[in-house]
Amino acid sequence: MSVRLGLMALLAEGESYGARLRAAFEERTGGTWPLNVGQVYTTLERLVRDGLVAQSGQADAEGRIAYRLTDAGRGELAQWWVTPVDRTSTPRDELTIKLALAVTAPGVDVHGVVQGQRTAALRHLRDLTRLKRDALDAVEGRVEGARDAEHGLAWLLVLENLVFAAEAEVRWLDHVESVLARQARTPRPARGPEPATSEHTTGERPVHWEGKIR
Amino acid sequence: MSSPHVVLDDVTRVHGHDETRVVALDHVSLEIHAGELVAVMGPSGSGKSTLLNVAGGLDAPTSGTVRIGEQTLGALTPRDLAKLRRRRMGFVFQDYNLIPSLTAAENVALPLELDGMRARQARRSARHTLDLMDLMSLSDRYPDQMSGGQQQRVAIARALVGSRRFVLADEPTGALDSHTGEEVLRVLRERCDEGVAGLLVTHEARHAAWADRVVFLRDGRVVDSTGEAGTAEDLLVSGGPR
Repeated sequence: MSVRLGLMALLAEGESYGARLRAAFEERTGGTWPLNVGQVYTTLERLVRDGLVAQSGQADAEGRIAYRLTDAGRGELAQWWVTPVDRTSTPRDELTIKLALAVTAPGVDVHGVVQGQRTAALRHLRDLTRLKRDALDAVEGRVEGARDAEHGLAWLLVLENLVFAAEAEVRWLDHVESVLARQARTPRPARGPEPATSEHTTGERPVHWEGKIR
Repeated sequence: MSSPHVVLDDVTRVHGHDETRVVALDHVSLEIHAGELVAVMGPSGSGKSTLLNVAGGLDAPTSGTVRIGEQTLGALTPRDLAKLRRRRMGFVFQDYNLIPSLTAAENVALPLELDGMRARQARRSARHTLDLMDLMSLSDRYPDQMSGGQQQRVAIARALVGSRRFVLADEPTGALDSHTGEEVLRVLRERCDEGVAGLLVTHEARHAAWADRVVFLRDGRVVDSTGEAGTAEDLLVSGGPR
């Protein structure tokens, strides 16, 4: 998540100071990605250095300095809204790496790894659903919520994103399990003597993986 | 906590013999309390529907016992078992199963009338249930005048009309789009929050997530359970979701 652009988006709504920006960021995203004040001020200093944000006057009686977005900042923010987020570079994902290693490492109970992870994912999904239910109630006016409808909607959409991600994880784990089950039912070819030219040296996978991983 | 409303104790269900022998449920134990919604997930053929049928007295276990309230199903005569099902349990299926020639209110009243209640009293009870579930606006509509989601909500009302305190739902959202499916789950959830015990079979993780607990079946065995939920307040206090 780009804290830099997130703060710029908030400053586009009007000038503000660090602590207030932090609170607004966390409120909009439901505290899902907490910021510390130091991180906010460091980012603001960099934005000032780059000419994207400027201080707005002197510190107030409590020593707080307000910031505002510059024209250059508005231009960069406008560009951000219309530029798709880059999904082509695959971030390192611990679960994917863990399972990729588990299926080849000797002595690892892969089913146990899948099962344990799925339980955790389902529990997480259930907890998110409870939060989502409350958020829906607030947005649809079923309860008198503290959040206004617009901010409640932002929080609801963040939660929905997390729900989709958790659901995708469960579906992927189900898929892993069914692939493993199919593989267990498929007789492996008897291992003959090592070929003169090893598959491994050519970068190909061992023969029992063929057609299993795409 | 109060004693559970539904108890499956060491239940095994075997179909067929010899070469065709299939163990559909293998020593399954499960408790559902009043006010609790339990979801059952698992791959095809894992025993989900058998579990639901056994819990609802539609199928008898090969060994083990099923108890609903104070009644042990295996000790009941077929007649008493049928009466228990009519009076204490409600079933919700994927395809709603509403009678096309009856209005929503008449559909909801039907189980009570079949159980011998006078028509006027049954209709009054049906309207009361529809009102509780915010469905009064649908009461005079026929099934073909309702959307799939509305029909399923009426089906849940029918499952819970009268004194039924145990609802069994087999893929109730299977024919619905994601949003409508969640609306139906929300209704089911609200009924459980009011004290009904619920058993939900689903293959959708996002729908199972409306339950208090998710039980995972594979090859007829409970291989895992998520345990009980914390409160939403706990989640927020602990710094939000993962």
